[in-house]
Amino acid sequence: MSFIEVLYFIVPSAILYATPLIFTAIGGVFSERSGVVNIGLEGLMVVGAFVGVYANLQLGDSFGANTPWIAMLIAAITCGIFAILHAVAAITFRADQVVSGVAINLLGLAGSLFLVRLLFDGRGQTDMIEHSITRFSIPGLDKIPFIGKLLFHEVYGPSLLAFGIVVIAWYVLYKTPFGLRLRAVGEHPMAADTMGVNVNRMRYIAVIISGALAGLGGAFYSQTITNDFSHATITGQGFMALAAMIFGKWHPVGAMGAALFFGLAQTLAQVGKTIPYIQDVPSAVLQVLPYVLTILALAGFIGKATAPKANGQPYIKGKR
Amino acid sequence: MSNRVVNILVPIISIILGLIVGAIIMYASGYDPIAGYQALWQGIFGDMYSIGNTLRQITPYILAGLAVAFAFRTGLFNIGVEGQLIVGWFAAVWVGYTFELPAIIHLPLALLAAAVAGGFWAFIAGFLKAKLQVHEVIVTIMLNYTALYAVNGLIKYVSDGGYKTPTIHETASLRSDFLKDLTDFSTFHYGLIVALLMAFVMWFLLEKTTRGYELKAVGFNQHAAEYAGMSVKKNIILAMTISGMFAGLAGAMEGLGTFGKMSMMNAFTGVGFDGIAVALLGANTPLGVLFGASLFGSLKYGALNMPNAAGVPEEIVSIIIAVIVLFVASGYVIRLGLQKLAKKKEAK
Repeated sequence: MSFIEVLYFIVPSAILYATPLIFTAIGGVFSERSGVVNIGLEGLMVVGAFVGVYANLQLGDSFGANTPWIAMLIAAITCGIFAILHAVAAITFRADQVVSGVAINLLGLAGSLFLVRLLFDGRGQTDMIEHSITRFSIPGLDKIPFIGKLLFHEVYGPSLLAFGIVVIAWYVLYKTPFGLRLRAVGEHPMAADTMGVNVNRMRYIAVIISGALAGLGGAFYSQTITNDFSHATITGQGFMALAAMIFGKWHPVGAMGAALFFGLAQTLAQVGKTIPYIQDVPSAVLQVLPYVLTILALAGFIGKATAPKANGQPYIKGKR
Repeated sequence: MSNRVVNILVPIISIILGLIVGAIIMYASGYDPIAGYQALWQGIFGDMYSIGNTLRQITPYILAGLAVAFAFRTGLFNIGVEGQLIVGWFAAVWVGYTFELPAIIHLPLALLAAAVAGGFWAFIAGFLKAKLQVHEVIVTIMLNYTALYAVNGLIKYVSDGGYKTPTIHETASLRSDFLKDLTDFSTFHYGLIVALLMAFVMWFLLEKTTRGYELKAVGFNQHAAEYAGMSVKKNIILAMTISGMFAGLAGAMEGLGTFGKMSMMNAFTGVGFDGIAVALLGANTPLGVLFGASLFGSLKYGALNMPNAAGVPEEIVSIIIAVIVLFVASGYVIRLGLQKLAKKKEAK
């Protein structure tokens, strides 16, 4: 395999693995920018993966090739609603946000598996879906030499959506009054409150957005990579998205960059044995790479990463 | 109502609410909740075999709960118990099958190896927290995955491309024929003694020693502790390391007791995360942890009987545990409700 061929092989695969991470990491950016720690992303992704597959199986006959898109939409709505549970506990009930996130993770996985057993006659995994997300080439752009074949040939539609959401998230967070308020309640809720921003309402919205995006990520993952749902469908992608968000310094574009990098690492861990140059590297090394790099990033070797100031603290009116 | 009563009532109310939610879910899904809970009860206390295995299940839960609780008491959140458990498990098994020693040395050595490995894994997070102010929650989450994949790689390496380690020597095993006969061939082992001993160690360390006082003081208020002349950094690192040692021992329970070896894993054991629930329910005291671990360990093991005996998916128990955690975490609301209730009574 020549170097160019290796690139043609690796880059699309890296984007595939990065796409669910981008969705979910952007969700994390919204939640944590508003001051709510969301380590429940993993559980939300699990629910998204399950709902995506189940909706796909149910609706496949009526919607044909459009099924995966509808399924992703349903997963996003379901997970947006599921995330309200985290919001109620963390914002209204002033629960420890990390503990509440752990509960969301436990509940998301257990609840999904419970429903699988209920809906599929006691089995541990769902049926395989018939309409998985398909690849297509972007007409015109895929004719560009090298770049066309690298980036625009045989792409997944939702990957384009993910990149679109990065731009939208950046615009919303940094160029609109809504985004300014959202970031303000995450940095200094009391100041925001004084200026007439409804702190808890902003945080609720942010957590629901994060749930919906994590749902998209989970539904994309289960409809491309696994094509069914079981206990082993989502194993750490949510935490990896959390890592991407931190690595990307709580910024949508940074999170995307980190997600792409982690996607590359996952690809190499999966297919490294068939690629020259790295086939002698043990796959365990490639598997731990994203996590070790995140620790190094946090330790300040790759620039200081600072969380939003009020991240993790419930806002109690009148308390200094 | 006194604070003490409220502190005990919050977890109890949460458990009751959790069980009610579980019953509602079972009923709404077309299962029989009464048959479900009967099967759960039978699965826990049905016969000597079940009791033995329930106690075996409780053992790592105690240690994982102690690990989380110890960190909480010293102002830290150790969400990395899972990873520390995995490295402890591997270290214990490695010592268990590599060396040939008399049992009196071999078993303690294997336990020590697990504690050291788990302690080291947590030390990384403690060190980064103390020296570079990196939040321990994120570091320990990342270390969980690092441990999972690194240990998988190690297992592959030590077994020449296989998927499990060799079995440990008899001299490093926590199992015994006596316990096996007593409990009708369950996998109950002497690890329970280790776990109970560690609960005592934690109580003694925190309540009866100067060092424990310092650790708690740093957890309460870093600035006050520093003003009083305590080294905040040293205490953070030490607290995290001790917490990790408990977690490492939880891994040793699996390695030296339940399984006698270690296989490659594609997902976490879940014991570490359940440890958070145990500590939370037990209000971070050693005695509370024993109680929380007994409850969650029993539920987890008893649940295995539910699909066969009542046709209810065993996952219902994980849902119940998650709901209990949510309620305990939202204790503020339960407290508020209790206070209102108390006021109403006074008004009458």
